[in-house]
Amino acid sequence: MSLFSPSAAVPVVPAERSPGYWSLVLRRLSRDKVAMIAFVVILALVLMAIFAPYIAPADPYKSSMLRRLRPIGTPGYPLGADELGRDMLSRLIHGARLSLMMGILPVFIAFGIGSVIGVAAGYIGGRFNALTMRTVDVFYAFPSVLLAIALSGALGAGIFSGLLSLTIVFIPPIARIAESVTTQVRKIDYVEAARASGASGFTIVRVHVLGNVLGPIFVYATSLISVSMILASGLSFLGLGVKPPEPEWGLMLNTLRNAIYVQPWVAALPGLMIFITSIAFNLLSDGLRSAMDIKA
Amino acid sequence: MTEKDHPLVRIRDLKVRFKGARDVFAVNGVSFDLPPGRVLGILGESGSGKSVTLKTLLRLLPEKRTDIGGVVEVEGRDVLALEGRALADHRGGVVSMIFQDPMLALDPVYTIGEQIAESVERHEGLDRKSAMKRALDMLERVRIPSPERRLKAYPHEISGGMRQRAMIALALACRPKLLLADEPTTALDATVQMQILLLLRELQKEFGMGVIFVTHDIGVAVEVCDEIAVMYAGEFVETGTVRDIIRNPKHPYTKGLLAANLHGAEKGHRLDAIPGAPPPLDVAPTSCSFAPRCAHATDRCRTAKPPAVALGPGRLVRCVLAEEGAAAA
Repeated sequence: MSLFSPSAAVPVVPAERSPGYWSLVLRRLSRDKVAMIAFVVILALVLMAIFAPYIAPADPYKSSMLRRLRPIGTPGYPLGADELGRDMLSRLIHGARLSLMMGILPVFIAFGIGSVIGVAAGYIGGRFNALTMRTVDVFYAFPSVLLAIALSGALGAGIFSGLLSLTIVFIPPIARIAESVTTQVRKIDYVEAARASGASGFTIVRVHVLGNVLGPIFVYATSLISVSMILASGLSFLGLGVKPPEPEWGLMLNTLRNAIYVQPWVAALPGLMIFITSIAFNLLSDGLRSAMDIKA
Repeated sequence: MTEKDHPLVRIRDLKVRFKGARDVFAVNGVSFDLPPGRVLGILGESGSGKSVTLKTLLRLLPEKRTDIGGVVEVEGRDVLALEGRALADHRGGVVSMIFQDPMLALDPVYTIGEQIAESVERHEGLDRKSAMKRALDMLERVRIPSPERRLKAYPHEISGGMRQRAMIALALACRPKLLLADEPTTALDATVQMQILLLLRELQKEFGMGVIFVTHDIGVAVEVCDEIAVMYAGEFVETGTVRDIIRNPKHPYTKGLLAANLHGAEKGHRLDAIPGAPPPLDVAPTSCSFAPRCAHATDRCRTAKPPAVALGPGRLVRCVLAEEGAAAA
């Protein structure tokens, strides 16, 4: 998880003897077998997405009317062929690119924006908190699927509008978590101790509040990645996200659904990929949560 | 301005009221002086206004929801008028505070050294390296074993007693003139408690600072303080030297507190607890707050506030009984 290090905001003196909080968390995480398997799966998926053109045995766009809906194990088509005779294996490998991006990117952007909103509301408190959080609640009131569909319907189909609508969907829950964690941290003695030692409001937020709240918010955000992937697939399935002929798992599931009686196993493959990816993210997030739960 | 002109702390008629759905009159007219290098213990039960009095000295109370009246001066400066840079310098530079639970008062995501250095950098403009050197020096002064290693330890990695030592090191790193201690030993077990008290006493002499020590434990107060103020319902009901308070308590509440102490209690006898509970403070007291629990209460106690009877320099008792005693003497 080198993507994120909350202590990067303040210069940290390299500790020689005592391991830092995050290295302790990582060490605990590395002892968690389930989380490590999930981590390996995610790593494999990410590598697969990055090196897709080199790994994929065939061109994911090249169709062949003669070889439509071939079963798994057909020579030259290890995982069969889809309704237009394109190689399923290559399409699944290439599909990881868009699917992972649609899963991770909205959550990360929402993590940034939602944290700012939530921490500000939680730290300032009072009327500002009420106003901000009630506005957030308005968005939160809509079921996330409905909100995502409505937003990307209004913004028009396409990858960008899909990303934007998913980001908007994830800001409210992250902001709410950020607000509740900040409200808790704000009341702990070390914030008062920092005030008593002359720290300005900005320093307190930057050093003591962010240092303590970003971890829990981040863990929550990782658990949203799987939701985001499923929602993104749903949008593609409805024709609102990625457009054909781009390979994307949700879209593939959509276009193959007519073939479910002819080649059920081939048609289920994109769903299987979504399932594996989202469960891996969920398990890693669970592992991270319990690894971070260090009590003195 | 010499130190003779100004006591370290001068508080006159301090009144603190929390506004809200139900107002709380937390402090109702507290006055005292603390000369430099002296230790004042404020003794009282929960909710008597001890911590509120301390927090006023650092302006830590939520500004919007509190009304503060009276005079609060530290080294002749009006604390209630401090703003911006001056307030930041005052907090931690001139006056600093240690808290009840060091687990909560130290930030779990930074090492002990980083936390001390952060405060030193802020107040003295030192760079990280010299600030860390100061932090190491402070850890040595509070007698933490193998300080180099503890410098890089996180709060959860060291014991409770050591955490409180680290908290003290943090509070004293910028050489404050006044240390506020809010029940710093309550969260510790008895043997460690004693060590911390002795350490505080030693450091107080070494640095020559004034200390205001808040506690509900009379045994702790006796151990560290020069003078004691007994607080009840937001007022000082009796002040005097430790000797005065222990040997010759005048106020019925002080007597009750001493009698309720476990030391010298005999097996099989019930402890002499003070009957009743402290009054709710949603109205400002107009009579003696202790009268409902007092065995000697008269009609006079219930209708008007008792006078503050001066029995000597720094020796005040807020009770009609003391007045009679003083008149007789």
